[in-house]
Amino acid sequence: MTTPRGFYATIGRRIVNFFSFFAGLVRLTVQTLVQIPARPLGAYRFFEQSNKIGINSFPIVSLVSFFIGVILALQTAYIMQKMSSEIYIASIVAVSLTRELGPVITALIVAGRSGAGITAELGTMAVTEQVDALQTLGSNPIKYLVVPRFLSLTVMVPVLTVFANAIGIFGGYLIAVYRLSIRSSLYMNMTFQTLVYKDLYTGLIKTIFFGMIIAIVACFEGLNVRGGAEGVGKATTRSVVNTFILIIASDCFFTALFYFFWE
Amino acid sequence: MPMIELVDVSKNLAGKQVLDHMSLIVEEGETKVIIGRSGVGKSVTLKHIVRLMEPDTGQVRVQGRDVLSLKGKDLSELHRQIGLVFQGGALFDSLTVGENVGFVLREHMGTKPVEIEERVRESLALVGLYNVEQVMPADLSGGMKKRVALARAICTRPKIILYDEPTTGVDPITADAINLLIDELHDKLKVTSIVVTHDMRSAYKVADRIAMLYEGRIIAEGTPDEMRYSHNPYVHQFITGAAHGPITEGQSSIVKNSID
Repeated sequence: MTTPRGFYATIGRRIVNFFSFFAGLVRLTVQTLVQIPARPLGAYRFFEQSNKIGINSFPIVSLVSFFIGVILALQTAYIMQKMSSEIYIASIVAVSLTRELGPVITALIVAGRSGAGITAELGTMAVTEQVDALQTLGSNPIKYLVVPRFLSLTVMVPVLTVFANAIGIFGGYLIAVYRLSIRSSLYMNMTFQTLVYKDLYTGLIKTIFFGMIIAIVACFEGLNVRGGAEGVGKATTRSVVNTFILIIASDCFFTALFYFFWE
Repeated sequence: MPMIELVDVSKNLAGKQVLDHMSLIVEEGETKVIIGRSGVGKSVTLKHIVRLMEPDTGQVRVQGRDVLSLKGKDLSELHRQIGLVFQGGALFDSLTVGENVGFVLREHMGTKPVEIEERVRESLALVGLYNVEQVMPADLSGGMKKRVALARAICTRPKIILYDEPTTGVDPITADAINLLIDELHDKLKVTSIVVTHDMRSAYKVADRIAMLYEGRIIAEGTPDEMRYSHNPYVHQFITGAAHGPITEGQSSIVKNSID
């Protein structure tokens, strides 16, 4: 039976854990930024990770964003047909994808795929003493393990988002042109007339931060694994859940910021 | 000047006093074996020497230099002088055996690829392995992993080698081969070694001196023969592997620094 004292103690512990988690993320971010210019640069590790994270994520990001484009076109058509305004489907698909869905969906896919992988990999390295071994061999684990993942996610999430936006718009185009009989040129005109640079910028700026969040949370959880295989499993779950929450929360923050301060 | 010196080192981990004013001296060229039950702080002692851990109080000195005061290049230099062979090998899964062994040369010393290849081959030959450079660690047996880990530790020709449970988890024949290897490397490379183990056969075979760690302190130290015939009840119970005795009765802090 939980006593009132135990109940408050649990709440207190959770609050302390929450703040120590954030403090850990901030500390790791600072350590990572400090280590970026440290030598040896190890550029090959950046390309290795970019290949793993970017190129290997491309098929799944493309597939999902294509479906999102199709779904968006169909759902919009449901309303627009009632108002005989089908031509606006192109505008809605383009704006929704570039400003919101493209960046967020890409970040969530990369978090689920690469973020979880990073936590599991670093967690396994931590419990098998490979991280300790790195240190005894004179390598800084943050420089060797975190920096290349941090940089490649920061670069690759925006790059993947650009492709996701384009493929999503193409999905919408297929539905509009071949299912709803909107002229191809009209759809393209409506898409590019509506889109302004701000839509692209605001979408892409967010993704830089999404990439950083995925890298820092995944590496933090991985490097702090305790307790063998079970610990790795728990850390991986925690990493994905925390990254999802932080991506959505920061998306809300950036959307509000751009809405109020970047007219 | 001793090669390694731990002075009055204390370390508390998660509320447990693992090391309690522990002192230890290892002379140059000596192979010192630290024995003790699992969880008594043997590996923690090694981690203090390479500064993977820092003591709550006390000092750790290697070649007379305070390890805790070392930073940047000096710390890297210390790491190059000490080879640590981890219990499970701690080989990097994503790298081949050759890349593991030549890791420091490639990452930190700017050695030419041809020279790295040569040094890797030499180091692997020293531990009795040939033509395994392209094999991934996952494809090696337990004993081979330990040998590769040892080859990685000696690749920079360190002055000190620390072995964490080198014979744990391998069959008796492989264990004996590893003991011979420790002896051979000691003779060939003239290194100072600390071997942490609870395997008494291994301890007798490789040690110049044996120290027993109990309740966070060294409670007895001597040559293998002195330890073998020690009247200290704690040492006696441990080396004979008796289930009953002062260690398992939970007695504490009675004996210190004596071999009767």
